[in-house]
Amino acid sequence: MDGARPLLELTGATVRFGADAALDDVSFRMFPGEVHSLMGENGAGKSTLIKAVTGALALDEGTLTLDGDEVRFPTPHDAQRAGISTVYQEIELLPNLSVAENILLGREPRAHGVVSQRRMRDQARGILADLGLDIDPASILGTHSVAVQQLVAIARAISTDVRVLVLDEPTSSLDLDEVGELFRIIRELKARGVAILFVSHFLDQVYEICDRVTVLRDGRLVGEYLTRELLRIDLVHKMLGHDVSDYKARQREPVTQPDAPVFLSARGVTARGIGAADLDLGEAEIVGIAGLLGSGRTELARALTGAAHLDAGIIRIEGRAAHLDSPRRAISLGVVYSSENRRAEGILAELSVLENITLALQAHRGIFRRIRPARQRELAQSWVEALGIRPPDLDRPAGTLSGGNQQKVLLARLLALAPRVLVLDEPTRGIDVGAKVDIQNLVGELADNGLSVMFISAELEEVLRVGDRVAILRDGRIVETLRSGDMTVDSLLALVAQPDEQEG
Amino acid sequence: MRIWRHRLFWPSAALVVLVAVNAIARPQFLRITLQDGELYGALIDILRNSAPLMLVALGMTIVIATRGIDLSVGAVMAVSGAVALTIIDGSGDPGATGTVLVAVVVALLVSLVLGAWNGFLVSALGIQPIVATLVLMLAGRGVALLITGGFITTVNSAPLAYIASGYLTVLPFAFIISVVVITALGLVERRTALGVLTEAVGINPEASRLAGVRSRGIIWGAYMVSGVLAGLAGIIYASNIKAADANAAGFLIELYAILAVVLGGTSLAGGKFSIAGTVIGVLIIQTLDSTILFLGVPSAQSPVFFAFVVVAVVIAQSPRTRNALRALGGARRPRAAASVQDRPKVEVAS
Amino acid sequence: MSAAMTGTVAAERPTSTFQTFLSRRAGMMPTFAALIILVLLFVGAEAFLRGDFITPGNISALLLDNAYLVILAVGMTFVILTAGIDLSVGSVMAFTGILGAQLLARGVPAWLAIVTMLAGGAVIGLLIGTLVQYFSVQPFIASLAGLFLARGLAYVVSLSSIKVENTGVLWLQTNRIRVGDWYITPTGLIALLTVAVAAFVLHLTRFGRTIYAIGGNEQSARLMGLDVGRTKVAAYVISGFCGGLSGLVLTAYSGAGYPRNGIGTELDAIAAVVIGGTLLTGGRGYVLGSLVGVFVYGTIKTIISFMGAEQSWMQIIIGALLLLFIVVQRAIVARSEQRR
Repeated sequence: MDGARPLLELTGATVRFGADAALDDVSFRMFPGEVHSLMGENGAGKSTLIKAVTGALALDEGTLTLDGDEVRFPTPHDAQRAGISTVYQEIELLPNLSVAENILLGREPRAHGVVSQRRMRDQARGILADLGLDIDPASILGTHSVAVQQLVAIARAISTDVRVLVLDEPTSSLDLDEVGELFRIIRELKARGVAILFVSHFLDQVYEICDRVTVLRDGRLVGEYLTRELLRIDLVHKMLGHDVSDYKARQREPVTQPDAPVFLSARGVTARGIGAADLDLGEAEIVGIAGLLGSGRTELARALTGAAHLDAGIIRIEGRAAHLDSPRRAISLGVVYSSENRRAEGILAELSVLENITLALQAHRGIFRRIRPARQRELAQSWVEALGIRPPDLDRPAGTLSGGNQQKVLLARLLALAPRVLVLDEPTRGIDVGAKVDIQNLVGELADNGLSVMFISAELEEVLRVGDRVAILRDGRIVETLRSGDMTVDSLLALVAQPDEQEG
Repeated sequence: MRIWRHRLFWPSAALVVLVAVNAIARPQFLRITLQDGELYGALIDILRNSAPLMLVALGMTIVIATRGIDLSVGAVMAVSGAVALTIIDGSGDPGATGTVLVAVVVALLVSLVLGAWNGFLVSALGIQPIVATLVLMLAGRGVALLITGGFITTVNSAPLAYIASGYLTVLPFAFIISVVVITALGLVERRTALGVLTEAVGINPEASRLAGVRSRGIIWGAYMVSGVLAGLAGIIYASNIKAADANAAGFLIELYAILAVVLGGTSLAGGKFSIAGTVIGVLIIQTLDSTILFLGVPSAQSPVFFAFVVVAVVIAQSPRTRNALRALGGARRPRAAASVQDRPKVEVAS
Repeated sequence: MSAAMTGTVAAERPTSTFQTFLSRRAGMMPTFAALIILVLLFVGAEAFLRGDFITPGNISALLLDNAYLVILAVGMTFVILTAGIDLSVGSVMAFTGILGAQLLARGVPAWLAIVTMLAGGAVIGLLIGTLVQYFSVQPFIASLAGLFLARGLAYVVSLSSIKVENTGVLWLQTNRIRVGDWYITPTGLIALLTVAVAAFVLHLTRFGRTIYAIGGNEQSARLMGLDVGRTKVAAYVISGFCGGLSGLVLTAYSGAGYPRNGIGTELDAIAAVVIGGTLLTGGRGYVLGSLVGVFVYGTIKTIISFMGAEQSWMQIIIGALLLLFIVVQRAIVARSEQRR
């Protein structure tokens, strides 16, 4: 099929946000009648690429061609008119209107010059029947389950004259039958010559439906492959990547200490997205967390640090049951958390580096025990130097720093609290190699000084090298916890990538 | 740092220009005379008359810093004035300082409760600030009318009159109240961590929560401060007219207060705030008001002028205008700097 | 994720007509609640006032006394459905009312005065809408500016009230069409017609559905290719136009223009809309509900005056009802967020 002309082609695409490139010189193509998958971890640039194709984001560099002609979509609606329909991961529909209106609004049928609700219902019923969906078209969309809403979004997307269909995580809320139904529709559209972009983190589904796969990592193109020629384990390897950093191997104690004192222990921790997790964090120990996207990595981290509500389970700190009902309580017990989402949940962009670093300590001390300005400056200065934050300007708004330096500022904020447990959710994602090595080394030093660290990363090699032990997450469960010395990247990869029993 | 980049440069410049124009148009504007050890003059009048708006605007600044808004300040003023004057009116000795003190304290406590009520709706129930404070904006004046029995309660009480028109040494007492409140807020901002924690909550509530900031308590407190300051403003207003007028007290003051905050350079989107900026904003409004009166325009018509000021300011601050100006000035500024101004809405890349 | 995958339900099919009705008309529940409140008020007043309350005369008066508020509430419904708010309507009503009275007093023909009133309201609405849509000003700030402008302009037109002697305008109120003990005036007909036209526009035109779509999710509405920008501006223009129309109705009703009219009326209009079941977060509600909301408002007012109580109770009761509806709405929204 490589001889055919691509229907849609993106060349040299670059999109920047501030100092960071979310997409860096990526090329990507889609052929008619082919299902193409876009693979990569969080922050690999998948969403950015989709937005660039569907007109939701402008390219800083690069060109987009559709059927050989260079095109430019100022708005998503322009892309739609050109035949590119998108179903977003977050349902982009109108929960307050009827199912029929959600499918047909914008090109609704009329009678005597006014919108004909009856004809709209009839048309919608037909489209829904094509999808094998038997629901009342006049019912309000918001009264249906997320899965049905997802299918209605797909119904809207395919009811137009669609040439390129983009499905961003369409199956994450569907059950097996619904997925089967969706795949039937995808095959039908494929037979009609539609080019389909199918993004999913379920590997089985990707292997079942996709002809071609493009892998992204850190905003860069890893490669384009035919699915049938790419082994599952190779795909995961390409997604997770291997880092080339010169991480200083941690001087591990020559004798392993299996009975090092446990600082934090979790038993049967259950929260949204994580079930019955048992985990022990020893003093001076780094536990790496390995798992694919959607395996419950972040959910576990949030459950252990008071950021998310616990449905069941118990967390003990130094043997005593601790009720971690808020980040504030967790901090007072020495448990701190750094979110994977630096911009939305970490950095306060308009506050200075100094204010960002001292924020948590100040909040912990309370409103009236203000840290003296000279002391604040001294403290922030010492962290800026210790972590090598660039530029070393304490008064600069933190939002102007590069991603790696923002991450260091966040770390400084947490370390200023002198914590006992450090939970780091993807601290090295999307930052440059130098900063990455700095952070890895720092984590090692902190553990040497007695801290317990939980280190989450999508990169298996990083998890393996930084962690003393590695907990493997699959499907919201900790399936295994092994000493990293006993594993290789390949054996870890096999554990992480094992097919889910339920979906086989 | 060039001087016009300072956030208070433009507000200060506007105030200076306004004063200069007045001084040229009517030389007596700048004249300040000392009679019986008390200062008089147009500028002194501005300082005195600005007290109610000053207090309300300062409270509004703090609420806006938390990403909120308090539309109920006018109604709280009415309630506070009604409570104070009803107590004084009902007492055996309206002229006694003790009576007035009790009345003021009770009125302030009632205002604190009203502020706490707003804070409860916003921080505990999670209702949008504009909607939550709308309830009190509507019902508050009814409560005030009920307290005064539907009439305009007038009292003759020297200690009450002193609050708005008396002098403490050479300066009007109302102005002294403003100065004390400004100083107190400034000290709290400088000497405690409340300032930076409030900004953190306003910039990003979720990131602040994860950093261990008591977001809920801070938001709640902001509405309580706004309530108390509005209550104090209501007492000064009532003292000035020696009556509790539930309909006229604080009428439209919410917009003047919001305008003062915006003129002072605090963004309505929350976060970074400036007490000094709001003070300048209030003085601009009060000077403008004095100017309009001087021009012979009936005070009832002055809202037209302020409507144009509001429109001009919000247009100047709008992203569309900024982008247009940026395009005119050439795209020399690095994008990184620009991205800080545009608040990161949700995640950007993933 | 996968944990949820095993248990999700497939397309649920409503099994009874009742369920079908619920799934189609879930958004009407708050309006029904308002209707029930209205009936209870009627029944309660009737029982309390020993059969003096539910009379054709009283009910006819209920519509006529509140015709101006019905019209304002209709305009407000458009704006609130787009998740906006318009605080200017009370002042716009006062401004257009005094403007009309002034023009008539100067001998301008009635038709021209009326057109000027309606256009004046619409222009202020256009200003607010432009600020909201094209300069990203928050609706309440933009409409507060509109409030200032209209209130100030009302005083610019005249500082005191102006009597209207034009028979054409007064005819709108004085001409009573009687059916038995029931009666209605042209002002009442204008109010009902406004409701009917608004209901038609909101439910049967693309413009109307776009209003709802914007309130549901503005971003989605844009993605669906609906003309979000112009529709949003138009909502404020409609609200301003309704302000002008209610200025006309109020002038006819009171026989004069008065620049202090309608202080706080915007809050009454918002309260009526919310009590009538429209969500302040936008996208849900009915213009007929707003009519019910105004009737609830008017009935409470009538009951208070029947009982000879303080009118200040009015604001307190309406505030309490507003609070009740807002808290209930908040609970509904919180529950639907949890579903996601």
